[in-house]
Amino acid sequence: MTGRVASIALNTFKESVRERVLYNLVVFALLLIGAAILFSSISVGIEQIILVNLGLSSISGFGLLMAIFIGIGLVWKEIERRTIFSILSKPVRRGEFVLGKYLGLLLTLVINTGIMTLGFYAALLYQKRTLEVADLVALEAVYFILLQLAMVVGLALLFSCISTPVLSAVFTFSLYVVGNFLEDIRWFGQETGSSLVESLTTGIYYLLPNFGNFNVISQIAHGERIPGYLLISNSLYALLYVSILLSAAILIFEEREFK
Amino acid sequence: MLAIETVDLTKDYTVGFFRKRPRRALEGLNLRVDAGEIFGLLGPNGAGKSTTLKLLLRLIFPTSGTARVLGRELDDVSMHARVGYLPENPYFYDHLTAREFLNYVGELFGLPSAERRRRVDQLLDRLGLADSSNVALRKFSKGMIQRVGIAQALMNDPELIFLDEPMSGLDPLGRREARDLILELKAAGKTVFFSTHILSDAEVLCDRVAILNRGRLQGCGELREILSLGVSATEVVLENPAPELLNELQSYSRSAIRTGNRVRIEIAEEAEVPSALGMILRRGARVVSVNPVKMSLEDYFMAQIDNGPGKLPAEDKVEALREEERK
Repeated sequence: MTGRVASIALNTFKESVRERVLYNLVVFALLLIGAAILFSSISVGIEQIILVNLGLSSISGFGLLMAIFIGIGLVWKEIERRTIFSILSKPVRRGEFVLGKYLGLLLTLVINTGIMTLGFYAALLYQKRTLEVADLVALEAVYFILLQLAMVVGLALLFSCISTPVLSAVFTFSLYVVGNFLEDIRWFGQETGSSLVESLTTGIYYLLPNFGNFNVISQIAHGERIPGYLLISNSLYALLYVSILLSAAILIFEEREFK
Repeated sequence: MLAIETVDLTKDYTVGFFRKRPRRALEGLNLRVDAGEIFGLLGPNGAGKSTTLKLLLRLIFPTSGTARVLGRELDDVSMHARVGYLPENPYFYDHLTAREFLNYVGELFGLPSAERRRRVDQLLDRLGLADSSNVALRKFSKGMIQRVGIAQALMNDPELIFLDEPMSGLDPLGRREARDLILELKAAGKTVFFSTHILSDAEVLCDRVAILNRGRLQGCGELREILSLGVSATEVVLENPAPELLNELQSYSRSAIRTGNRVRIEIAEEAEVPSALGMILRRGARVVSVNPVKMSLEDYFMAQIDNGPGKLPAEDKVEALREEERK
């Protein structure tokens, strides 16, 4: 089983890295990180804050674009181009296929995020002329970005199993945006004083993916440390949420017919 | 041993957007395909051929009925390790070369690395793709993609090969090669189950055929039985016959068709052939050929499509022969 999942993941990785759009995005992200040097140089006294903020936000934003735009086509493209026929007629379980596709895109994102992170540290080195151990704290933010991307790919893959790419992109992006404001939504429900609205917003809070907990870029930029418990709780939350998303995608895919 | 067995296999598709309703694509299909035979599934477009293949490969699920492939239930995915499948109008990953794609397929079959390399080289060579093995599939012509499709279906050296319209997109040379390959597979003891609407391919290749029309099995039988059943007349071709001779032959022949200096007559009764030939020779006309007029697969096909469902004489005869063998 592991061998087949790894083969599908590697094929997905190859497919992603041979897409020109991916290179365009990476180059654009690196340019933006480079541009952060310019912005920071005109921000007297807060150069590093601006650079870290802009740099990590670029990594997050472009990672999100890659996750959504490649993720929504992951399964849909296989069905639309009928490549799925020749794969599922092999001794491949449908769950293995879904898992392989997911891991393949995740691998692509990990490597691209790695490249963008190197670009970020290059920009930081250029600005500060030196790097310190304390600068490694930015890696915690990068790790959280990766956890977010893992959840976004899970969402995109789930929608890709049931919908067209355009709708999948809309659904995934909407959930990402809503998922960043879940704390506010729950607070709003509590403030209304209506038990019905409060139950509804609390339900939404627990049901939808909470991306807000992963936004630590601003704290990192201001030199604040990320508490250890957040590293553990966010890791466990992402693992659980991705497991749920993948299980749902596999269940849907198991029942799907390929006419 | 049976390679494929279907019992009342039925498939409904749901059609319509607002008012969803079922459309029957396959109705109560009962088929038994023996191991080692080349079995042709014939029918016009939309007859249910691809639906049957996809059901057997679990790409779609039956509405009712059951089927077994190589003695296994359809939901037993491990069975796929022993079968090969060429989809209709196949399309493969643009970003891979033929070699990379076949290697990927080998990985999915769990073949060890050395075995994969050997098999990929062998198949690329056998299907005439060796020179293009490192070219991206996006640059391949339709015929070349079809060859890649056949190669991937054979990667695991399967016992049973499903081919959905295998000659589609191939040029005459490619079709000849594909035919040879299918015959080679049979010689190696493989079972080949293929769908086609090109009757000449079926006529050359198949041991048995089944004819589907609008999702229903119209007939199933051994090709040699079907083709030898309907000797409807004897065709005699003459060269430069005298007009008087043709007048006299009217008592034997229903028709006389002239082409250049040759005349073709059809003698309905086999018993009358010797006396008719005697008359022709006595009159000094030259006999070019004497041939029995047999039912072609096309005649048979058209008859089944026109007549609708029903058991065929050929099928009766085959059943009787099998019964006799069993006794």
